[in-house]
Amino acid sequence: MGKGVPGAAAAYDTPPTTARAVSPGDQPPALATPLVRIRGLHFARGSKCIFNGLDLDIRRGAVTAIMGPSGTGKTTLLKLISGQLRPQAGIVEVDGADVHRLSRRRLYALRTRMGMLFQSGALLGDLTVFDNVAFPLREHAHLPQSLLRRLVLMKLEAVGLRGAATLLPSQLSGGMARRVALARAVALDPMMVLYDEPFTGQDPISMGVLVTLVRHLNDAGSLTSIIVSHDVPETLSIADAVYVIAEGRVICHGTPAEVASAAGPRARQFLDGQPDGPVHFHYPAMPLADELLKLGDERAC
Amino acid sequence: MLTDALARLGRSGIGAIAGIGRAHLLLVAVLGGLPALVTRPRLLLAQIYNVGVLSVLIIAVSGLFVGMVLGLQGYYVLSQFGAEESLGVMVAASLARELGPVVTALLVAGRAGSALTAEIGLMKATEQLSALEMMAVDPIRRILTPRFLGGFLAMPLLAAMFSTLGVLGGWFVGVGLLGVDDGAFWSQMQAKLDFREDVLNGVIKSLVFGVVVTWIALFQGYDATPTSAGVSRATTRSVVHAALAVLGLDFILTALMFGE
Repeated sequence: MGKGVPGAAAAYDTPPTTARAVSPGDQPPALATPLVRIRGLHFARGSKCIFNGLDLDIRRGAVTAIMGPSGTGKTTLLKLISGQLRPQAGIVEVDGADVHRLSRRRLYALRTRMGMLFQSGALLGDLTVFDNVAFPLREHAHLPQSLLRRLVLMKLEAVGLRGAATLLPSQLSGGMARRVALARAVALDPMMVLYDEPFTGQDPISMGVLVTLVRHLNDAGSLTSIIVSHDVPETLSIADAVYVIAEGRVICHGTPAEVASAAGPRARQFLDGQPDGPVHFHYPAMPLADELLKLGDERAC
Repeated sequence: MLTDALARLGRSGIGAIAGIGRAHLLLVAVLGGLPALVTRPRLLLAQIYNVGVLSVLIIAVSGLFVGMVLGLQGYYVLSQFGAEESLGVMVAASLARELGPVVTALLVAGRAGSALTAEIGLMKATEQLSALEMMAVDPIRRILTPRFLGGFLAMPLLAAMFSTLGVLGGWFVGVGLLGVDDGAFWSQMQAKLDFREDVLNGVIKSLVFGVVVTWIALFQGYDATPTSAGVSRATTRSVVHAALAVLGLDFILTALMFGE
């Protein structure tokens, strides 16, 4: 497994095996190391294997997309990176720290440097938009009220919702709720933001706004962004690097252009939205004729 | 067939024991958050309002009617022995010892307990608890501990209100409607009701019920399957388990407090 995020070679349909320089030469060594480094990750829910020796690197300062069909463990991967879940085996390092070996106190300290945008927004329902964005600042920053107010209004201005500061989450549309959640995720100026399906269920206007915001916030705030999504065109349009995962491993990775031209059948089925292929349309079952005849036999009895 | 049934029985038994274990671990974590609450009294006050103040109406009305029924039934029985002047002490003792703490706990389990379970369960289903975790805020200390302490403190206050209004209800029916002597009603109550034996034991009962009802409500919400059906089932379980626990504990506490 190589270090760094893929950048030059063509995308492939097998786990990455070679080291690939991401930002050649011009980065100091500390910045050249990946912000997130995953090696040999094994995770299962009951008897169902989600990850089977996953290797993956997230480059600092980049927007990295993790894509794949539904149920392949994309959200689970974010939870493993943020320490919400514990793997059965393997290492997840964030900024050099093994997330699953940290004490609770150190894990919380690390999380103050991470933001996460949940699929549902996950805004606190009894707080206004302003108070939701102010929440992490009040919990961790202990700022004077006047400074806190300015910071929150600036964050809301960045997502275009300063005018909605007094509204409750129940008064927001889905797209607005996600923008507020995004403002909250970057309230503490984190080093990394994790996006869980940020574009799902959005109308074209909201989607366009969110796509632009993710890229803009990443560049303006010198963040590292990890986007989990299965919205192919939108995600490829803003990503610097893309990983496609399926069946517990990386099946394809590279730049968006490389991934878009990937030749592997699994990657092609996902990227082209083909209903049948290596991922079958039908859930495993006995042949239809056998089942129908079996039903007939049972009724005859 | 038999082995399947035994396996199911074993699985449900293990599941129940594991649930009890998780509930106790949660209680320890909730109690661990109590010291931090000293610096954030607003969180506690908000929950005393949610559990206590918002339950006042149902407690007051229920207390009044229960007291009125006690007055009516007590009068019918006592008047057969010419002892209707003892109606005051009968009503007050029944309320302070038993009905005040028990019925208040049942009502709180139905109103505030179910609301707590649904609230926590929905926060889990909508990823609000995960969002708190990701903001480096412990959801148990931030969300559950204030609700636990709020329920614990509100319960005896609500029980006192229930009993007080119950006595007034009994007085209204006995003295106001049925003609029991006013002076005898209050003086017998004052003379026969023992503060330690009757009132204090009732307060202890309501404190115990406060812990149990709030603990069960919080655990059911926190342990709920994060779906609409899961939250619905957890809310039902919260009320049923709390009611059974209150009635069972009441028997044990009564035997300990008033047994020979």
